[in-house]
Amino acid sequence: MIKIAYFPGCSLEGSSKEYNESLLAVSKEFEIQLEEVHDWNCCGATAAHNLNKVLSISLPARTLALAEKQGFSEILVPCAACYSRLLTAYNELNKDAALLEKVKEILEIDFSAKVKPFTVIDFIQKHIQPKLKEKVKKPLNAKIACYYGCLLVRPPKLVEVERYEDPLMMESIVKELGATPLDWAFKTECCGAGLSVSRTSTVGKLCSKILDDALSRGATMFAVACPMCQSNLDMRRRNANVFLNEKADAPVLFITQLIGLALGLDKKELGLQRHFVPFNLEIFDKPIPKETLGKSKKVEEV
Amino acid sequence: MHDQNIVEALRPVLKHKVKENTEEDIMLCYQCGKCSAGCPLIDEMDIAPNQILRMLQTEIPELEEKVLKSLAIWLCLACEQCYSRCPKDVDLPKIMDYLRAESIRRDLVNPKAKEILAFHKSFLDSVRLTGKLYEIGLIAGYKMRTMHLLQDVNVAPTMYFNGKLNLFPSQVKNKKAIKRIFEKALREEENK
Repeated sequence: MIKIAYFPGCSLEGSSKEYNESLLAVSKEFEIQLEEVHDWNCCGATAAHNLNKVLSISLPARTLALAEKQGFSEILVPCAACYSRLLTAYNELNKDAALLEKVKEILEIDFSAKVKPFTVIDFIQKHIQPKLKEKVKKPLNAKIACYYGCLLVRPPKLVEVERYEDPLMMESIVKELGATPLDWAFKTECCGAGLSVSRTSTVGKLCSKILDDALSRGATMFAVACPMCQSNLDMRRRNANVFLNEKADAPVLFITQLIGLALGLDKKELGLQRHFVPFNLEIFDKPIPKETLGKSKKVEEV
Repeated sequence: MHDQNIVEALRPVLKHKVKENTEEDIMLCYQCGKCSAGCPLIDEMDIAPNQILRMLQTEIPELEEKVLKSLAIWLCLACEQCYSRCPKDVDLPKIMDYLRAESIRRDLVNPKAKEILAFHKSFLDSVRLTGKLYEIGLIAGYKMRTMHLLQDVNVAPTMYFNGKLNLFPSQVKNKKAIKRIFEKALREEENK
């Protein structure tokens, strides 16, 4: 049993519970124990870095410090926004000794900021993917648009992703699940994230562009690895549909839910009943379009 | 006239303050326009991202004020598209963070950004009180600040029935620590 430090973040306790449920269910199948950092707090998200720099470093730094005190050297952060905040704090504290001193004084915890955050995609690539193929029981018959959004791939200097304009990490994962990844143009466009409540129609417009591009190329569903991407494409679907000629009904699943389905796990165990855009297993019985617009060799090479 | 020159020389130039606080050099920008070309919200902004940098380069006080009064600095999603494509590595989202904070300090926040600011403040209120984001508390605070009382009444029941809404907040045990972080960070910010 491998033990990994885990920072679920606020969304995974609330509006994106199914991400937490499916991540834990899949980890269990691969005999990995995710251990929550004791007494973790909110990363501060967009609000903190929009308004106050010291706060935007100190809030995630507390979680990094607690993880360090609890004996971990790296930490799994499933939410892309939390990941971005924790990684920014990690980087800033490691390059600026004066800032580290200041934050130590604010937190009143002595720590060295050596706990490095990593994403669910990193986690899958390292711990799940090598053993994935042999464990797939129900190959997925679907054409999947892998949607990354912003913070999993940007800024490239921070997250160290090479193909940040056209990432293929999730594509290679869904391929091993038996599905066909879609080659499309909007995989790293922004969903509107933090404006979901304060400017819902703006978010609807941005999401409609993402849905339109994927669906016009024949996607049957979406794979995401960020709770905000999921909730904007799912919960705000009504606001996006306003901008579309045809109502979009393709479900948006977390990559961990897709893995769980291919492993043959129960729909409920993966929290699939929680989505706004309903998900039915019959979706895998429908034939998928073979040819796609803008088909490129790059996806085939994965 | 002489006095006015001295006043002018002592006036803090915004681009210098940006440099001091973010280490970002606005003068590096040579107006290629890639930031604006890739910005997902360009068509809703009152000033384009590349224009914001140009206006700050001029050091003209009226233009600096126009930037701090703009809606654009509040619409920026920090999606990092501009920064990842900038040939001069100008971290525009980081500059936007500073401009927003400065806009609050100088009391120049654009009236149309009221909702966005209300959301950020309600979000931080929730974190300050519980150490985590409490979604119902956040929305209640946001509604009181904006008086948009009926917003999202159509999604809230589904969220609840799908088990996505917690009626009671999940809280950090060591709330004193969170309170202290907020107090000290706010003091730091005021001293800038």
